[in-house]
Amino acid sequence: MSKKNSEYLINRKDNQYEVVIGLEVHAQVLSESKLFSTSATKFGAEPNTQVSLVDAAFPGMLPVINEFCVKQAIKTGIGLNAKINKRSVFDRKNYFYADLPQGYQISQFKDPIVGEGKVILDMPDGQKVVGIERLHLEQDAGKSIHDLDPQNTFVDLNRSGVALMEIVSKPDLRSPDEVSAYIKKLRSIMRYLGTCDGNMQEGSLRADVNVSVRAKGSKEFGTRCEIKNVNSIKFMQMAIEYEANRQVDLIEEGKSIDQETRLFDTKKNETRSMRSKEDAHDYRYFPDPDLLPLEISDEFINELKNNIPELPDDKKKRFIDEFKLSPYEATILVSDIDTAKYFEEVVAKMGKNKDMKLAVNWITGELFAVLNNKNLEISQSPVSAKNLAILVNLIKNGTISGKIAKTIFELMLDGDKDPQKIVEEKGLKQQSDPKAIEALIDKIINDNREKAIEYKQGKEKLFGFFVGQAMKASGGKANPQLINEILKKKLQ
Amino acid sequence: MSDITKQSLTELVENIKNKKLSSTEVTKAFIERSKKSKELNAYITDDFTSALDKAKKFDQKPNLDLKLPGIPMAVKDLFCTKDVKTTAGSKILNNFIPTYESTVTQNIWNEGAILLGKLNCDEFAMGSSNETSFFGNVQNPIDKNLVPGGSSGGSASAVAGQLTPITIGTDTGGSIRQPASFTGIVGLKPTYGSCSRYGIVAFASSLDQAGPMAQNVKDCALLQEVISTYDTKDSTSIDFKRNQYSKELTKNIKGKKIGIPKEYRIDGMPKEIEDLWQKGVQYIKDCGAETVDISLPHTSYALPTYYIVAPAEASSNLARYDGVKYGFRAKGENLIDMYEKTRSEGFGAEVQRRIMIGTYVLSSGYYDAYYLKAQKVRKLIKNDFDDAYKKVDAILTPSTPSSAFKIGEKTDDPVSMYLNDIFTVPVNLAGLPGISIPAGHDSKGYPLGLQIIGKAFDEQNILNIAFAMEEKINFKNKVTDWWIK
Repeated sequence: MSKKNSEYLINRKDNQYEVVIGLEVHAQVLSESKLFSTSATKFGAEPNTQVSLVDAAFPGMLPVINEFCVKQAIKTGIGLNAKINKRSVFDRKNYFYADLPQGYQISQFKDPIVGEGKVILDMPDGQKVVGIERLHLEQDAGKSIHDLDPQNTFVDLNRSGVALMEIVSKPDLRSPDEVSAYIKKLRSIMRYLGTCDGNMQEGSLRADVNVSVRAKGSKEFGTRCEIKNVNSIKFMQMAIEYEANRQVDLIEEGKSIDQETRLFDTKKNETRSMRSKEDAHDYRYFPDPDLLPLEISDEFINELKNNIPELPDDKKKRFIDEFKLSPYEATILVSDIDTAKYFEEVVAKMGKNKDMKLAVNWITGELFAVLNNKNLEISQSPVSAKNLAILVNLIKNGTISGKIAKTIFELMLDGDKDPQKIVEEKGLKQQSDPKAIEALIDKIINDNREKAIEYKQGKEKLFGFFVGQAMKASGGKANPQLINEILKKKLQ
Repeated sequence: MSDITKQSLTELVENIKNKKLSSTEVTKAFIERSKKSKELNAYITDDFTSALDKAKKFDQKPNLDLKLPGIPMAVKDLFCTKDVKTTAGSKILNNFIPTYESTVTQNIWNEGAILLGKLNCDEFAMGSSNETSFFGNVQNPIDKNLVPGGSSGGSASAVAGQLTPITIGTDTGGSIRQPASFTGIVGLKPTYGSCSRYGIVAFASSLDQAGPMAQNVKDCALLQEVISTYDTKDSTSIDFKRNQYSKELTKNIKGKKIGIPKEYRIDGMPKEIEDLWQKGVQYIKDCGAETVDISLPHTSYALPTYYIVAPAEASSNLARYDGVKYGFRAKGENLIDMYEKTRSEGFGAEVQRRIMIGTYVLSSGYYDAYYLKAQKVRKLIKNDFDDAYKKVDAILTPSTPSSAFKIGEKTDDPVSMYLNDIFTVPVNLAGLPGISIPAGHDSKGYPLGLQIIGKAFDEQNILNIAFAMEEKINFKNKVTDWWIK
């Protein structure tokens, strides 16, 4: 394997192979109730407590579309810069399984609600555009539980009928890193929109990964394999790496690749054949006669368009233009909507005379470290944006030094204390009176005359020693800049 | 009153409102006659005890403002009824007791009617003779060993035999109109979207429609008025202005133009049917309306189109009967084995045949040639009617190509069975309302029906035409009570 910038290639003897990846992401629509029934969708409820007669497919029960889910899908489509189809059709995908009560899944086949769009990825060596093929709405199935009883399978229908958005990418991805960036970007956009919580542990976001390989420079696609239902970014990356190498090995051995559906075994870190193309289901798709085609007016779409919040790409641009952030800083801050919100609140609270760089550094440095250690989301931050803004201002206006600020920050963690008050209570205000510092420095030079002479003779690294002594003498409160200035003058 | 069961719905309602009859008396009378009529095999499940309780309760505090005050009524066993077994005529639902009520039956109970029981029908409404029911065939009150038609055979037999004053059936390709014709009663298939499908065991979703079956047109209009409501629980229910069909009923059809479609004059049609149709034309003229020759050019494609669309939808609609959640389950080695045994043992031959046809026409590689093409032809058939209605207000045809046949006569020949629906099927494909009224007898004394097809949502107009013709025809059904010993 070699990496030239972000180019991901698989090497065998003299041959180099490129990996081609397309994703079918299943994103659970953030909605109180299901796609065609009024049952609740809460995660982790007792089995079969969120099931209506419609979800369990009782005789004579009929689906009724949940308008909110339609809006969520359209909003997501807008977020993906995609074409919204004013007429879409729900189809039945027919197959038998114990956790599929109707004997069919209601999905969209020929006429999805959202057509082509695109997503922009920020890769280390620049931007990459990934095409979106389509987004359609469909029902989730229930869950079969095989390990509770030696003879029987249990079925939990809580998920049955929950609304999913299937987002199909074009085969534009070329490496595990791009896949990671793509999933993160999708998740970010949907969280900005409030259309999917993106929680992969709870299964709100999972993907079927299509992988093929081809000789570097080739324009033809190789035969692809679809790895079903992978539910973490790490597993997607591992599965792609394994699968791509498996396919390359087959080619190198002169064998052919079978188009098939495979499963990723997370324990063995390998993909396994699930069913071949010949065994593929014939789903007998046809328009669901219980549902009329979904017709959406321009007004309906425009109303949603007008209420779309600022999305990551626009926000990033604004952060760069307005706050003079570097693209790198802006990318980090916009990647998650709650981080962006936090940052903007800090900016607002800092008032007129603000130090943007300092604020960014504190958020991405100290605050992120704390959140990481405590395994918290930024929305659960122990330090409020308001108090962080006060802290940054205290540094900016010279009231405290950066070093003292770190001490104060530690104290703020317990109960989101006001840093101003901590400074007052603990007497941590920075000494910025030049006369007092001068007196302090005079004393130190006097006490260390030999070292002062050595310094003047050229042992310049002793400067640090004097700074340290001055800091120590002031109890860390002396303004470091003033110490520097005065020391330089005195030691000349 | 000794002849309670001979009274029409309208008479019964009037007598209860005038307190000449109590609901208990009426209910008792129909229960007694139903009990004496076991040989008709019209009921799958009776609910007599609870019906009597409800009647007594009604009489204690009668609400006489209701449209069906204390009227007992049996309904086709395709409507889900809360706490009362609902089988759809199938073994696979033999133990199924819904916890919910269909919208159409709920509308009926809301107007004061009382459930007598659940009436026999072809399995999942798939049949034209009521011979596919798991619960055995139904006898036609007209003559022994005569089919009552299907799929609402139990409903037709129960109304003609006076086991219930009125009933509701469902009609996917003729399942109300054909048995109505075979038993000498009135049956209305409303416009698609007029009556909610919520809680009705589905056969073919884009064609299924509930409707009234009655002794006369006025009764039929009254029940239609009750059952037709807009329902948000059915996405295909349509919110249109519904008439007070019975109140607005009139015999004045002067100046109406009635179309006579030449394509309904099919090869091999018995002369009796042709004669009946001619008589129908005369009745129309006698009523002051005029007839106009019209063409519905795609008529001959209706039956094959129907036998693609309906089985396709059915094959998917019936997938839910898999032994997992409710209903019959056979023991199996594993999940697939359980599915196969459950569905092989739980479904009868005709249902299996249609599931196979439907599965075939939806299969990849065949979908375009069959299902998609059928949908296109369906549109053409609808266009035929749209064109015709530019010139006429309604269309008159025979209801069926023959009178009732003997039990067992056509069971080995599905195609000849399917031909029964040749005049009724186009109406379902086009989503239009159609009514069958008894119009005469054949040489054997068996009833024959005429069908009036209307514009969409124009039930009032075809009810009016039927009402006017009914008076001229003055039909007397020849029910001899042969089954009562």
